[in-house]
Amino acid sequence: MSADWPLLSLLVWLPIAGAVAVLVAGDRNAGAAKWLALLVSLATLALCLPLWSNFDSSTSAMQFVERTPWITSFAVDYHLGIDGFSLPLIVLTCIVTVLVLIAGWEVIEYKPSQYVAAFLALAGLMNGVFAAQDALLFYVFFEGMLIPMFIIIGVWGGPRRVYATMKFFLYTFLGSVFMLLGLIYLYLKGQSFQLADLQTMSLSMSEQTWLFFAFLLAFAVKIPMWPVHTWLPDAHVEAPTGGSMVLAAVMLKIGGYGFLRFSLPIAPDASAEFAWLIIAMSLIAVVYIGFVALAQQDMKKLIAYSSISHMGFVTLGLFIAFALVAKSNSPDTAALGVQGAMVQMISHGFVSAAMFGAVGVLYDRVHSRQIADYGGVVNTMPWFATFMVFFAMANCGLPGTSGFVGEFMVILAAAKHSLGIAALAAVTLILGAAYTLWLVKRVIFGDVANSQVAELSDLNGREWVVLGTLAFFVLFIGLWPAPVVDVMQSSVEALLRHITTSKLMGLPG
Amino acid sequence: MIDTWTDLLPMLPELFLLGMVNLILIAGLFIDERRRGLVHFIATLTLAFAAILTLRDFDIDGRVAVAGGMFIRDGAGDVLKLFVYLTMGIVFVYAKFYLRTHKLFVAEFYTLALFSVLGMCVLISGGNLLTIYLGLELMALSSYALVALDRDSPVAAESAMKYFVLGALASGLLLYGMSILYGVTGSLDLSEIATRLSSGEYPKVVLAFAVVFIVVGIGFKFGAVPFHMWVPDVYQGAPTAITLLLASAPKLAAVGMTFRLLSEGLEPLARDWSQMLGFLALMSLVVGNFAAIAQTNLKRMLAYSTISHVGFVLLGILAGSDDGMAAAMFYAITYALMTTGAFGMIIALSNAGFECERIEDFKGLNQRNPWFAFLMLLILASLAGFPPLVGFFSKLYVLQAAINAGWLWLTVVAVVMAVIGAYYYLRVIKVMYFDEPEHEHALQAPGDVRVVLAANGLLQLLLTFFVGSLTALCVAAWQ
Repeated sequence: MSADWPLLSLLVWLPIAGAVAVLVAGDRNAGAAKWLALLVSLATLALCLPLWSNFDSSTSAMQFVERTPWITSFAVDYHLGIDGFSLPLIVLTCIVTVLVLIAGWEVIEYKPSQYVAAFLALAGLMNGVFAAQDALLFYVFFEGMLIPMFIIIGVWGGPRRVYATMKFFLYTFLGSVFMLLGLIYLYLKGQSFQLADLQTMSLSMSEQTWLFFAFLLAFAVKIPMWPVHTWLPDAHVEAPTGGSMVLAAVMLKIGGYGFLRFSLPIAPDASAEFAWLIIAMSLIAVVYIGFVALAQQDMKKLIAYSSISHMGFVTLGLFIAFALVAKSNSPDTAALGVQGAMVQMISHGFVSAAMFGAVGVLYDRVHSRQIADYGGVVNTMPWFATFMVFFAMANCGLPGTSGFVGEFMVILAAAKHSLGIAALAAVTLILGAAYTLWLVKRVIFGDVANSQVAELSDLNGREWVVLGTLAFFVLFIGLWPAPVVDVMQSSVEALLRHITTSKLMGLPG
Repeated sequence: MIDTWTDLLPMLPELFLLGMVNLILIAGLFIDERRRGLVHFIATLTLAFAAILTLRDFDIDGRVAVAGGMFIRDGAGDVLKLFVYLTMGIVFVYAKFYLRTHKLFVAEFYTLALFSVLGMCVLISGGNLLTIYLGLELMALSSYALVALDRDSPVAAESAMKYFVLGALASGLLLYGMSILYGVTGSLDLSEIATRLSSGEYPKVVLAFAVVFIVVGIGFKFGAVPFHMWVPDVYQGAPTAITLLLASAPKLAAVGMTFRLLSEGLEPLARDWSQMLGFLALMSLVVGNFAAIAQTNLKRMLAYSTISHVGFVLLGILAGSDDGMAAAMFYAITYALMTTGAFGMIIALSNAGFECERIEDFKGLNQRNPWFAFLMLLILASLAGFPPLVGFFSKLYVLQAAINAGWLWLTVVAVVMAVIGAYYYLRVIKVMYFDEPEHEHALQAPGDVRVVLAANGLLQLLLTFFVGSLTALCVAAWQ
């Protein structure tokens, strides 16, 4: 029965309708507004159950498709559908939204109803990004996210929030307008904004090159890749805990998802041509940013740099596939890279949300993000310390945690191409361990550093729920990644079949 | 030339307007100050009836020439006129509150405003160089007088003077261009001019002069760079209710005029004028957006933002295609609906002793009144062109037309400028949402202003769902 419902539309519009309801309710009864928001987010999460159980992982075709004409003069359709790439990301979005609302429950005192409404609206828009099968609809959701996030960082953020949020907004906006031009160009060429049509359209090499770089600007800023990553540490440091969690857990993934949906299938030949560039940039991100993270004094900044370094694995995994195909022309080995990238995205979604959540727990008590203000937290907050150490292990890719699976797959794929690249990528295992464990050592272990730390109280029930849920997923994917890998299997194969077929055939010159 | 009176029927809305303006002019003398709401009521009703009369014979594909081609009634013109009536109706609601609190609530406002509407309608329907000039002057002269409505304000008087001198200069240039065109082709009728020009036996240099002067005249009326000097001063100096009027409906009329002059009359010379418009669009986008960043007065900032939006409108027109004109029209319509909202908000937040026109005055609006802050957020985001608001779709449409016409490099400049433009809109959002309020001026906006403002703000979001039908309407109008 539930299969007949417009599940995807509900996933997009239910949170947005909830946001409107919460805004109307206002701050007069903030408690009720927060409960309403939580109920809406739980209902949205519940919608994922029929979505997951009715999903047919044996096909790469779009499922749960909904399609109605929207702007007829541009041939733009309201066209939603999901495949194995979208589904895990939508589930991730719904889970993180619930946790973010719980994490901010008592902490946000200024205009709480606007706070929860912004996150609900953001959740709906992010689901829309992952479900959109029309390029313009994708762009609308993609850009639409910026305004709620701008408000979240700017209103509930730290002292330099205005600078950070402006930088975040303008960086992302600048990147994406070029994508818009690329999409318009494709529309004028093929008279369609449908992703499926754009992906099968024949394009000459020079067209593909221009499009590739237009898309690269948009997604490289979003994911973010070195050297356009500088907005991320600022945004993370100034954002409230919830904002950081959503930013790291979901919004960065949209960059990776964009590569999968746009760059690779629309411009496969250009992607193959410039794979070396992306691989080089990813390795710089992995290694250089790893060193940068080592030098940080601010916990959130450290985790932000670690995010950039981890997202380097995603781009590495996606583009190493091209190198592999070019060398051996066997999509099977390349599949490992793409799968690794996807698993890394999901895993990083949980791990980074958990790390930011954990830092948020400390910040709420001490109101400092400086590593130097802490030390010996384990003495006063043993349960928190347990979680923190666990997440730190996941962040440096300890086997048994989700962080290991994705990185391992990507390194394995890289090794099949070139041992040198694999060795460089593997440096992150050392660097990641270095900066994360050093952070844990300075914050958690040792003697009680000062009177503030001495007065800390351990996790309350609300924080238990947030960190516990995240720990569950980190462990679950680490021990048994099969559900996540299986669900995307056919989509990965279809993508590789698609991108290994050159679009240049049949074109003159 | 006029055979029977029934031939004049297509002009009925304009004739009705003319009659009603005269009635209001006379009635205004006898209605005392306490009853002046009646004048407002009659004026609004006039617009409503004019809209009904226009809708009565509305035919999107039709084209009727009245009085030997002096006056053209067609689908595109009707769509533009309907939106002129709509925006003026919105303007009247906001203006009433402003004029009341500023002791400027006089019947002359309505007389002049409706004369200006009449001028716009004649301009939009002008099929002959003379009609176009007539409409333009009727619109412009009413506007000059409106700017000086607050005769005790030296700033308003100064800007009215500036507006008048530069406007008259522009009209002179336009007239000069028209006279050259007439001298060369020997006709005042625009379709006749187009036919004769396409035969191509006229001296190129002289025609180039005519095109230059006509484009300069159009540039002045639009406020495109480098003919934009009057825009910021007039916007800032005029009473806000008048700025609101100048910023909205006349842009629609300017699109109509450009269409008649360039697309219909000078169609054979499209290559020449589209290059010139390309330069104007480029300069407007660059200068408008960069200058807006430096402003501290919101009215002045919106003036520079208008200039940059004009750049986008020109981007559609210079495409030279039906699609481009439809895009420009769609842009102008949506822009008019955005800009009325922005100035309406300034008016709604001002009251008798306080002009809410500096950007700082918006500090902490979200704490003082979250609903107004949210509406302003929608309006600003729409002006900046963020999806899912309607301002995004108008930019998309224009960019699409320009790329299709081969102006890729200019669209790249345009989107980069849109990002720069985003900064100053975001700054206002920042002030509203992130800063603490500095003053506690009570909001005195009456019910009708609040309702219209809410509709105006929400329209930015709701139009997104109807963007399909609205663009389809614009496309149909130009085919």
